[in-house]
Amino acid sequence: MPEPAMTAPLVLCIVLPLLGALFATALPGRAVAVGIVTALVTAAAAVALTLAVWEQGTLHLVLGGWEPALAIALRADGIATALVLMANLVALGISVYASGYFQDAIRIRSFWPLWLLLWAALNGLFLAGDLFNLYVMLELLGISAAALGALTGNREAIAANLRYLLVGLLGSITYLLGVAFLYTAHGSLDIGILAAAIAANEQLFAVDAAAMTLMISGLALKAALFPLHFWLPPAHANAPAPVSAALSALVVKAAFYLILRLWLDVFAPVTGMAAAMLLALLGSAAVLWGSWRALRAARLKLLAAYSTVAQIGYLFLFLPLLVATPEGPARDNLLAALLLMAVTHGFAKAGFFLAAGLVQTNAGHDRIDELGGTAQRLPATTFAIALAGSALIGLPPSGSFIGKWLLMQQAIATGQWWWVVVILAGTALAAAYVFRVLSRAFGLEPTPLRFITDPRAEVPALVLALVSVAVLGLASGPLWTLLGLSGADA
Amino acid sequence: MSWDAIDSLLPVAIVLSSLLPGVFIFLVDEENHLLRTVLNLLGAVLKLALVGLLIWGVWLGQPIETRIDIAPGLTLVLSADALSVLFVTLSSVLWLITTVYAIGYLEHSPNRSRFFGFFSLCVSATVGIALAGNLITFVIFYELLTLATYPLVAHRGTPEATRGANIYLAYTLSGGLLLLVGAVWLRTLIGPVDFTVGGVLSGLPASMHGQLVAIFALLLAGLGVKAALVPLHGWLPQSMVAPAPVSSLLHAVAVVKAGAFGIVRVVYDVYGVELAYQLGLLGALGLLASFTIVYGSVMALAQDGLKARLAYSTVSQVSYIALGASLLGPVATIGGMVHLVHQGIMKITLFFCAGNYAETLGVHKVSQMDGVGRRMPLTTLAFTVGALGMIGIPPIAGFVSKWYLGLGGVTSGQYWVLLVLAASTLLNAGYFLPILYRAWFRPAPAEWPKEHHFGTRFETMGALLWPPVVTAVLCLLAGLLASAPFSPLEWAQLIAEREYGL
Repeated sequence: MPEPAMTAPLVLCIVLPLLGALFATALPGRAVAVGIVTALVTAAAAVALTLAVWEQGTLHLVLGGWEPALAIALRADGIATALVLMANLVALGISVYASGYFQDAIRIRSFWPLWLLLWAALNGLFLAGDLFNLYVMLELLGISAAALGALTGNREAIAANLRYLLVGLLGSITYLLGVAFLYTAHGSLDIGILAAAIAANEQLFAVDAAAMTLMISGLALKAALFPLHFWLPPAHANAPAPVSAALSALVVKAAFYLILRLWLDVFAPVTGMAAAMLLALLGSAAVLWGSWRALRAARLKLLAAYSTVAQIGYLFLFLPLLVATPEGPARDNLLAALLLMAVTHGFAKAGFFLAAGLVQTNAGHDRIDELGGTAQRLPATTFAIALAGSALIGLPPSGSFIGKWLLMQQAIATGQWWWVVVILAGTALAAAYVFRVLSRAFGLEPTPLRFITDPRAEVPALVLALVSVAVLGLASGPLWTLLGLSGADA
Repeated sequence: MSWDAIDSLLPVAIVLSSLLPGVFIFLVDEENHLLRTVLNLLGAVLKLALVGLLIWGVWLGQPIETRIDIAPGLTLVLSADALSVLFVTLSSVLWLITTVYAIGYLEHSPNRSRFFGFFSLCVSATVGIALAGNLITFVIFYELLTLATYPLVAHRGTPEATRGANIYLAYTLSGGLLLLVGAVWLRTLIGPVDFTVGGVLSGLPASMHGQLVAIFALLLAGLGVKAALVPLHGWLPQSMVAPAPVSSLLHAVAVVKAGAFGIVRVVYDVYGVELAYQLGLLGALGLLASFTIVYGSVMALAQDGLKARLAYSTVSQVSYIALGASLLGPVATIGGMVHLVHQGIMKITLFFCAGNYAETLGVHKVSQMDGVGRRMPLTTLAFTVGALGMIGIPPIAGFVSKWYLGLGGVTSGQYWVLLVLAASTLLNAGYFLPILYRAWFRPAPAEWPKEHHFGTRFETMGALLWPPVVTAVLCLLAGLLASAPFSPLEWAQLIAEREYGL
């Protein structure tokens, strides 16, 4: 049993935002203050958790004193911690931005409890150690996300988010069905125990494969993997800006995290090249189609939403390479590159959406063709879009540049060169859609005398975008350490 | 602090000496001329001082290197050898001169903080390219240069400027992608690709030669875009919509040179000139370069816009560097390397002068240049030195380049190089001499298209006048004092000796 002081952040990451949500509901007049305080302490807990995992390696905690097979288990390994740290820092940025974004009392009163609930569910999902607990967190996440997305209050937003809610339910029920298969076959929900049981009972291959298919399809729907992405663009584009940022940067990432977790930990003996190829093929289609639609999008937030579809697609390209690469430094690099791409996209897309939101409030619309003057009135915001955009394209220096470099390197090394073609096409399209926006920023309209005009809204976007470029692009080494990977010269 | 510590920090300090002022300039209020000018000049002078230290260190043969791990197995290496010093010195000296010119040129125009911010980032990227010690570092700074230049090309904000900038971006980013794939592929084959004198690929088995040729094609396509090799040159005339200081520094020096410099690096320090010759890569490169030289000159003949004519002249002249790299033998290497510097100082002079004609008289076209020599004698004198140098008339710098290139062709038995040089020289004369004739011997019109009086006793504002005069003097000195110590020619000989192990 590890020290309580070490495992405390594990619990705090989930309990603090949950408490915050309760307080924000009970004290609607002080919701903003409660929200900001909660955001700060939760982010601090996430940092503490990172430090603990950095020093100790994987942390485990069993709650309620039940047997491990059924108990509520929490677990923080390198992958989970990396995502928790990213999600909580991004969520802190979103909270600061949101504290100035919402103006009327009703929105403020609804936003903060739901947002903190979503935050708790997110941390719970990343840190859950058993499949049922994961299901509960997944549901909680989906419901709070859909409610938040509908906060705009207009028709399109409500329609889009109702669809999002139903799709989410369908996804989680499909996932739950798979969980039921596994429980029937192996009598446990704990990830570690299940992994051992699946490896040991080869005669149950058919059941396990069916469970895997169900669970991954359900989650692919939630992760908006092509062609199951149809619900994402309207839902993300019509939500209020801080919510769009959270949905695109974090919530979709949570579904992908689950797929990765199942793929690496639970179903490792069942997965094969065929399944990986299928998923990567869908990922390629997502990269190309999502980028193409982003290029054709008329509105800035719709562009960002389609870009998310494409960026999620990249993450699936890693799967066949992971299957083809034997254990060793090359595989370590690949896994770290996967996480690096996911984390970079989290920061970059959140920064992009926050900046886009500011453009929208300032201009009164977000039609790209008419944004020239606004882009020039807000230099810091345009700069944030430029930084986040270069991380989305994968230009150096950015975390996704390193990620794409390692991805292409391994694709060439394993002879799967066709993914390189997909990456190139996706990168070229991404450059086209990002610069379609940026080219409006150099017109003849007058510009202000100052760089930053509205610090509370502009600084979070700028900082998040800057992290995706400067921190992750120039010093990504600590990620390898956190993941416990060596990654020597491949 | 010990000398070792200084040596390991020097390259990074040289990059930061323009990067940090650039970042601060973005934050400077638009109307705060003084602070912006101080930051600009402080960075430029500091960089020159650091480069002085660097030259000294490389001359003594000290290893000067900064290594930063950006991810396990991916290292940012900034190091200095004789070749990087040549490019770093060129960009740092010309940056200082161009900064003075740009401060004068952009007075009273909007968005100066944005302009000078990106201008500093460009120079940081250029010296990063010069100091890159391995292929990934080169790729990173090469892309950064693309990004930092884009806002400068788009700076004027007119629809033509936006269009020119987008064309520029489409070309350079596509090229950057090909370069990236080539670099990744090579990294997969042999591990980290450190630039090493004599190349790093000579030990590979013959079965890999097919892949090496393919990788060279990818790298050359990526580098050829910036070096404006035909048929990848289409962006250069389009991006002439940029303000004059941008055309001068970036399109005469930084951007096109980055491409040419990259070709030189790949030929000498990645493939090794012997292996590149055996694989038949040098022949292909020489053919491409020769064609570009002649084609650019022919196109320049047909242009009436002064900047467009200079742009096509750049297309032609930059390929001299690639031509020098494509010939086997140290003499041609000297010719190519020295032209890296000579073309830079000559072309920047011409672009400064073109900017002066446009700003002072509103003259943008060759056909409007009748009699400008009498109205603006110093500017036209500088222009004349640059133009005659481009043609290759002694004792101006361009003569030295052409002499060594021709000699290199003869010593390597490639006599056709003489034909290319002769054709190009005739064409150079064909498009420069009419300009000089108009400027000096035709009568001036009764009224200039759009004349400005700056209220000085000279023909134009001091900040615009002195930079081309200074660079013209440099062109003369580089030719007259070609065998003095630390002249570009001496340094090019040092590079050639080290590359060929003489």
